[in-house]
Amino acid sequence: MTEAKDDAPQRELKRSMPLVPASSIAGRALVTVIAIMTFLAALTAGGAILVTHASSEWRGSVAREMTVQVRQIAGRDVDVAAQKAGEVARAQPWVGEVKVYSKTESERLLEPWLGSGLDLGELPVPRLIVVKLRDGLKPDLVSFRAALSKDVPGSSLDDHALWLDRLVVMANSIVFVALVVFALVVMAMVTAVAFATRGAMAGNREIIDVLHMVGAADSFIASQFQRHFIGLGLKGGLIGAVSAVLAFLLARLFASIWIATPGGDQIESMFGTFSLGFTGYGAILLIGLALALVTGIMSRLIVFRHLHGLS
Amino acid sequence: MDVVRFENVGLRYGLGPEVLRDISFSIAPQSFQFLTGPSGAGKTTLLRLMLLSLKPTRGLITLFGQDANTLDKDMVTALRRRVGVVFQDFRLLEHLTTYENVALPLRVQGREEATYRAEVVELLRWVGLGERMHVLPPVLSGGEKQRAAIARALIVRPELLLADEPTGNVDPSLARRLLRLFIELQKSGTAVVIATHDLALMDMFDGAHRLVLGDGRMHIYD
Repeated sequence: MTEAKDDAPQRELKRSMPLVPASSIAGRALVTVIAIMTFLAALTAGGAILVTHASSEWRGSVAREMTVQVRQIAGRDVDVAAQKAGEVARAQPWVGEVKVYSKTESERLLEPWLGSGLDLGELPVPRLIVVKLRDGLKPDLVSFRAALSKDVPGSSLDDHALWLDRLVVMANSIVFVALVVFALVVMAMVTAVAFATRGAMAGNREIIDVLHMVGAADSFIASQFQRHFIGLGLKGGLIGAVSAVLAFLLARLFASIWIATPGGDQIESMFGTFSLGFTGYGAILLIGLALALVTGIMSRLIVFRHLHGLS
Repeated sequence: MDVVRFENVGLRYGLGPEVLRDISFSIAPQSFQFLTGPSGAGKTTLLRLMLLSLKPTRGLITLFGQDANTLDKDMVTALRRRVGVVFQDFRLLEHLTTYENVALPLRVQGREEATYRAEVVELLRWVGLGERMHVLPPVLSGGEKQRAAIARALIVRPELLLADEPTGNVDPSLARRLLRLFIELQKSGTAVVIATHDLALMDMFDGAHRLVLGDGRMHIYD
């Protein structure tokens, strides 16, 4: 009976309470700061990834296409000439698909500028042939141009080089701006987290002093705080990263609902499908993890600096 | 070998005047010292110098025969584990129970809880905190906090005990009990240094050396 009585309180003694208090107002504030900064950094990184993907898609699709224009020449049936140009194109080994625009289709292309319901019969509307390249094959433009000028006089080939050059400059500029914004957000994030960590650490100076005085090694004290602050960082980072992933998934959902509208088409052509892919989502989680690590390292440095001042 | 030895030690903060000047004394094993002097005389500073948590601006300090100037951080930590400290303001960690606070010096040494549990419980009962071992410090009275702080200093069976005003917050009866506890500790082999300006307490024990600080200098009365 006595043994049981003596044993009871001893069983309750082991609580495995961490040496750094698990929760505090400063700790909660730090988690909030980390969550918000991770969310913002993840949105910026995700935006940069989307723009990069979309721009490479524009470049790819424009670079894989070229246009042959057949002008009207007196005494020649332009539709026959267009069919001939189409045959010349099909004869090229690197050509995958050829679409010859008929008179009606060519006139319809002018509708956005001239309006509908007009009689364009009197206008010398040229015919267009869209040539799509076969994947993995390099086009031989010199021989194609020579064949066209020989078999279809009055035709011209536009390989979109000028347009593509401008597009590449524009796309690279957008990606560069996105990267600069991301770098600025990362710098602001690290600074904010460093200050928040310093603030949270200020409330724990007493603990560092006591542990130091009762004979704890510096590395032991630093590891206790590092573990605690990495925990706070992981909590904040995870909240921020998961929120950012949800935001992108929601954007993707809305984009897929909106895709049928003309506005949706424009958005899709500019930004793609709002799908980040596994790499993008992995990058977002990595931002959260990196921020947790920054928080842990900051706390370790602050502890060592404080201990250096004590001894 | 002396437990502590100071030779011409001086200390100044920044560019200010020396707060301690030409301090020379030694503390023998199993001896008992009262460190006294008016408030602000530098008693706490001297204790911190003995604990090697402050570096003197001049002079030589040896702790357990080791020159403080030649020690690296790990060696300082190892020496500090042979010293028990009672802080003037207790410095109990408020999120840990009395038991956890008292066990702290053993826990930071990496010892498993099961290896010291009985030892800590026994000490807590010895200082009269057997019924208060599960409570957090904010619930303890001033005297109970004092005893918990003393128990934390004693749990490592220190070779040197440094106590800063250990009876400053307790009634005369408890002060006498605590003094008896320190005397018992000295008899069991620990060198004891008690910083106090309580003359009545010092008069209770004739066998102690008196280290008196005043105007930054030390006077020793055996």
